[in-house]
Amino acid sequence: MSERQVPTIYPETRFYWDGAKAGKLLLQSCTACDKAYFPPRPFCPACGSRDVEVIEASGKGTLYSYIINQLPAPGYEPPFTVAVVMLEEGVKMVSNILDCPPDPEALILDMPLEVTFEQRGEIAVPQFKPAGGAQ
Amino acid sequence: MSRATVAIVGAAETTKLGKVPELSQTGLHADAALNAMADCGLTPADIDGVATGGHDVAEIIQYLGITPTWYDGTSVGGCSFITLVRHAAAAIQQGLCTTVLITHGESGRSNNRSHRPIFPSMQQQEFEAIYGPLVPPSRFTLPVMRKMKDDGLTEEQLAMVAVVQREWAGFHPRATMRDPITVDDVLNSKMIAYPFRLMMCCLVSDGGGALILTSADRAKDFPTKPVYLRGNGGESAEGPMISQMESFSSSKAFRVSGKAAFESAGISHSDVDHLMIYDAFAHLPIYGLEDLGFVGRGEGGAFIAEGNTRPGGKLPLNTNGGGLSYMHSGMYGMYALQESVRQMRGISPAQVEGAKLSVCHGVGGMFSAAATVVMTTEEQW
Repeated sequence: MSERQVPTIYPETRFYWDGAKAGKLLLQSCTACDKAYFPPRPFCPACGSRDVEVIEASGKGTLYSYIINQLPAPGYEPPFTVAVVMLEEGVKMVSNILDCPPDPEALILDMPLEVTFEQRGEIAVPQFKPAGGAQ
Repeated sequence: MSRATVAIVGAAETTKLGKVPELSQTGLHADAALNAMADCGLTPADIDGVATGGHDVAEIIQYLGITPTWYDGTSVGGCSFITLVRHAAAAIQQGLCTTVLITHGESGRSNNRSHRPIFPSMQQQEFEAIYGPLVPPSRFTLPVMRKMKDDGLTEEQLAMVAVVQREWAGFHPRATMRDPITVDDVLNSKMIAYPFRLMMCCLVSDGGGALILTSADRAKDFPTKPVYLRGNGGESAEGPMISQMESFSSSKAFRVSGKAAFESAGISHSDVDHLMIYDAFAHLPIYGLEDLGFVGRGEGGAFIAEGNTRPGGKLPLNTNGGGLSYMHSGMYGMYALQESVRQMRGISPAQVEGAKLSVCHGVGGMFSAAATVVMTTEEQW
């Protein structure tokens, strides 16, 4: 089985991946809007202001939506879950759901999740798993 | 009283649809273009505007031997061709050109091509693709579980979309899949990306289509029955990262595009005799019915399951069988347009009797973009 994809990292997103390597899920927040946003960019997508700061997310979220993928992807053994997680900070991001079988019985929408990190070579990839350990 | 300013005078699909291994993607564009020109008695020398999506428009211009004064290569996925209809109409109204050829060709099945039709998104690759949703069946479907929980959409209702569209495909000799199917057939078909089964996903085909537009004044000089554009249509985009959709139960791009098209045409929903909603997957017609305002939020699944869009129903929808049953090259929007044109010409194998107004709405990418046009048999309204 080939290796899982690693992201191509660009200057504007370097901080995010550096944060993941240090075990932190980093977002950005607009000073004027006082609102977090994702994915990274050096300005607020709501108002266009460049006055933004990097914040550390709590790492808590809920299962917002998902599919159970039966199709091949490098480094993945189907079936596997592709989910959208709603973070406590109000932003959505894609993740797999680790420590949880790819089964509708186990994947309950709005169930609490917490961040973890999956190592892919030199890169740490933010991932989510059921909060408080495996279900 | 309003009067049409632009009409579709030429329309054709490729000579063959489905499996066309003997043609390249460029060749599919050309086959469709030549058929559309033959349809209305033109040659490449008569064309002064060219538009296409997912392929270098300049290559199409050179391949067909056209010398244009206007071109447009908008490439936002399958609705590009619907978008290009309204762009072409604007160009004709502004006098930038007189006779526009819009072509689509795609070797989706045989893969006789040098490139895929949609630009890669850097952020989608960096923040979504690394988690494994690499192809449309595992990306386009991501919002649906949320909609099922929030709006009460069911797997059976999704299955009914495929069942009803197969009924329409049965009328079309050129449809790839024509045999009737049941909800059980759909739910028992191969699981692709739960909750989506194979029969809830579009076909993968080779084919193409082309349209020729000119001013409404000139349209009467052509041998074909003119199909008039009513209003300016609509378009919008939300972007290629499906996880960043504002709502998972409704497409903002659909709502903005549809509202613009309806307002510009000055029509209400009861004026619509025939409707096409690009269906790459079974949930698209449901989102489309709701976001265009034909039904309320959360009512689209039941509306289809109750038979309102099937043959004999009050709102004939996707009367060629759609991407699920007719064909789906990858950028299906051209085929939705072709069926709207056939219905307005009165020549569809699944003709809706007396249909005078057709709305054609499409998605681009995976809820990334949208476009809507309104066609009519009437020059004045």
